[in-house]
Amino acid sequence: MRAFISGILRLRRGPWEMLASVLIAIGVVMLMQPYALWAFSWSFIVTLTGTVMFLIVSHFPE
Amino acid sequence: MPETAMDSVARATPPRVARRIRGLSDRMIAWIFVAPTIFLLLAINIFPLIWTIRLSFTNFRANRPNAETAWVGLRNYERILSDPDIWQTMQATAHFLFWTLFFQVLIGFALAWLINAKFRGSNFWTTIIVLPMMLSPAVVGNFWTFLYQPQIGLFNYVVAFFSGADPTGFTMIGEVALAPWAIVIVDTWMWTPFVMLICLAGLRSIPESIYEAAECDRASKWRQFWTITVPMVLPFLMLAVLFRGIENFKMFDLVVQLTGGGPGSTTELTSINLKREAFEKWRTGYASAYAVILFVTVFGLASIYVKALNKVKER
Repeated sequence: MRAFISGILRLRRGPWEMLASVLIAIGVVMLMQPYALWAFSWSFIVTLTGTVMFLIVSHFPE
Repeated sequence: MPETAMDSVARATPPRVARRIRGLSDRMIAWIFVAPTIFLLLAINIFPLIWTIRLSFTNFRANRPNAETAWVGLRNYERILSDPDIWQTMQATAHFLFWTLFFQVLIGFALAWLINAKFRGSNFWTTIIVLPMMLSPAVVGNFWTFLYQPQIGLFNYVVAFFSGADPTGFTMIGEVALAPWAIVIVDTWMWTPFVMLICLAGLRSIPESIYEAAECDRASKWRQFWTITVPMVLPFLMLAVLFRGIENFKMFDLVVQLTGGGPGSTTELTSINLKREAFEKWRTGYASAYAVILFVTVFGLASIYVKALNKVKER
């Protein structure tokens, strides 16, 4: 966990990509879940944020 | 010395052209070769994408090309993301996605495990198992429609044989409760071999020496399975799940052939719904926004897929 936070603070690709992947996954789950319409409504923003973040952080150093 | 094709091409090149090419750097020549591909990519992929994004902010209708188009901002997105019918469609897609992935991974891994055991005729059985994957989805959809017929279809008789139910008492693609499972069964039948092949590649990449070391340490088969096989096949399995997930998220042809989205809209997956919005209701701007939402979702999943692929390559 400490390595992950340190990677985030030092702008390293691995942890940031992990964070972006988690955001994308949460967005997809929100899009398809059958429980709350508000989650469906916000899913696109979450997925878009994750995807754009992924594109940016994949250029960070290893 | 015999003349080669290069020699004849060089001799046939007019001196003026030859002089001009001689003055070009390697980098420039590389660009000349790559330029047509880049141009095609821009024309076929990038331009339509940018145009779709632009249309998604308008109320454009493709069946009224001369009508005035108004800029509606984010209204199309707002309407899509608050529409309970589209939410329902997403849930139908989620049901399809979850159960196809679940069964394909389970059966695919089990088949790979069996085939990896190397029994007599395993190559023959691998070929037989892989056959459904080679068929066209339209063909598969068509012949499964016949298999699902309650009067003449084989499927109902097989179910009746094992369960004792009346074979004409149920219709797989005509009943609201059964239709979602009908498409899951067909997709599982068709694409389990793909998951099996990926799992097989994973299983065959595990060095035998690891199992031998585990045998020396007196690890049981069960223990070997959970501490060696599963962790080493997991990246491959993840790859298969992501690949099938992305493909099934866009599933169109198979389901259209089988159920056409019915009964009602029970099996209307997102891509079928999108096609209806775009080419039956002709709400092009709205459908473009819908397509952008699906694109971003698939693009996000594809990014994770590429990352997983690189991890597998590193191994």
